[in-house]
Amino acid sequence: MAWRALRRVGPVLAPRCPLLSLPPREPAARRLGTSSLLLAARKFTDKHEWVSVENGIGTVGISNFAQEALGDVVYCSLPEVGTKLSKHDEFGALESVKAASELYSPLSGEVTEINVALADNPGLVNKSCYKDGWLIKMTVANPAELDELMTEDAYEKYIKSIED
Amino acid sequence: MLRAGCRAALSRRPPGSAPRRGAGGSGAGGTGAGEERLKQTPLDALHRARGGRMVPFAGWSLPLHYGQGHLQSHLHTRRHCSLFDVSHMLQTLVYGRDRIRFMESLVVGDIAELKPGQGTLTLLTNDKGGITDDLIVTNTSEDHLYVVSNAACADKDLAILRDRAAQLQAKGSDVHLEVSDNALLALQGPSMARVLQAGLSDDLAKLSFMNSISTTVFGVPGCRVTRCGYTGEDGVEISVPAARAVELAEQLLGVPDVWLAGLAARDSLRLEAGLCLYGNDIDETVTPAEAGLMWTLGKRRRVAMDFPGAAVIMAQVKEKPRRRRVGLTSVGPAIRPHMAILGPEGRPVGTVTSGCPSPCLGKNIAMGYVEAAHSRAGTELTVEVRKKQHPAVITKMPFVPTQYYMAK
Repeated sequence: MAWRALRRVGPVLAPRCPLLSLPPREPAARRLGTSSLLLAARKFTDKHEWVSVENGIGTVGISNFAQEALGDVVYCSLPEVGTKLSKHDEFGALESVKAASELYSPLSGEVTEINVALADNPGLVNKSCYKDGWLIKMTVANPAELDELMTEDAYEKYIKSIED
Repeated sequence: MLRAGCRAALSRRPPGSAPRRGAGGSGAGGTGAGEERLKQTPLDALHRARGGRMVPFAGWSLPLHYGQGHLQSHLHTRRHCSLFDVSHMLQTLVYGRDRIRFMESLVVGDIAELKPGQGTLTLLTNDKGGITDDLIVTNTSEDHLYVVSNAACADKDLAILRDRAAQLQAKGSDVHLEVSDNALLALQGPSMARVLQAGLSDDLAKLSFMNSISTTVFGVPGCRVTRCGYTGEDGVEISVPAARAVELAEQLLGVPDVWLAGLAARDSLRLEAGLCLYGNDIDETVTPAEAGLMWTLGKRRRVAMDFPGAAVIMAQVKEKPRRRRVGLTSVGPAIRPHMAILGPEGRPVGTVTSGCPSPCLGKNIAMGYVEAAHSRAGTELTVEVRKKQHPAVITKMPFVPTQYYMAK
């Protein structure tokens, strides 16, 4: 019984629950590992950053489209932990050999962690832009801002439109 | 977070379709085609087929980089060798008994002293002593001068050359011009000599830097091979008839040591080698004295003062120019064109004209102009990068030692 109930919960809950009103995390054994429950889906900005919120902490990075266009990243300028950001604030830059590109905060919040692995291995941003190449983690001061961002599908359409 | 230039780099059109119209592009003189079609080199299809990211540059569609990316391509050039399509550059042949007098009326170098087969970097100057273009003039062993100049200045240069030729012809001089439609392939790096020797009957060991021969390369006759380039490495530029350019390129690329390289690597390599990019580091408002290019002025010419702007330039030599082109190095965020260079009191003393992270050195390199008083090597200055000041130090160029070949 319990098993069948859990199986129904996954697909039913996911589309109805706004990301941040998920029920509190249950012990791992009772989860089926459906990613939408454990980790909110990535949202995208029109400046090619992504943010993914888990337990009230947003992880921020750049999209595959952005890392491809930027080229090999050789240096990351990231803010200090504790920096307070408003949505749209410039919070750093990524340097390729060819150019520097500024980074803009997708949300308002405070920087809780920066990816120190990037100091010695900036190429992680290219190799693993959605995972090991994450840039900063931050609190989410204003969850409603997430609704203003694009879903992955909407972002895919957006980049097709700007490529002509 | 992307700039327009980055977006232009993502040309996802399939091979064979019309090239994108675009503004921007890398480097100087991106006159951007506007509403006109971009020009294509004889290797256009080859670039697309081999994964070239095509971008607009000086009215041409050219590859920015290929699958391996910018960094690997740059390093490969220094360790092995790379093939660059530089067919966008203007190649002009100057014929006639009066060709040397014609050329010297426009450039600062001692052209008459060039031995057969010898070439030199020289400058077209304007009446105010500014630099109109930098170019290589070769006194071929055949009956003409061979001139290679910048794509971004092609229209400007051709107009100047043609006007002067017409002037001289009207006075009875024997000079005429021919624009070559050959492709131009640059093969650059320590393996170049080994790779190329396999396709030449001439002995490359006898061909020194800045010398040129007319010969057959890998079975393609009518090629000109000049030992020069824009990377600081031992390299050649091969002028090859357009109809057989792809064939020659594919022969060269058949050697595993040879990779294709594009505009991105071309720019970072030349900056490491301390070479100027026209439009960034030198332009019509900069004199050879300010640019540190007085070595291009021929000894005889300095005395004769028989080149455009001679009075201005020689006066600056005498009184020392007020600003000078320098190299800079730093760590942290890269120094880029247009950033302000600040002196010891925090006052602006100059501007950056070129800059990038150096793939070979693991630090940032740049070129710029600073007030002469602050231009000595070792001077510590700061550069404003995105509103924060970062220390930088004036550094002699080249940043990476050059490897030009001299025959024994």
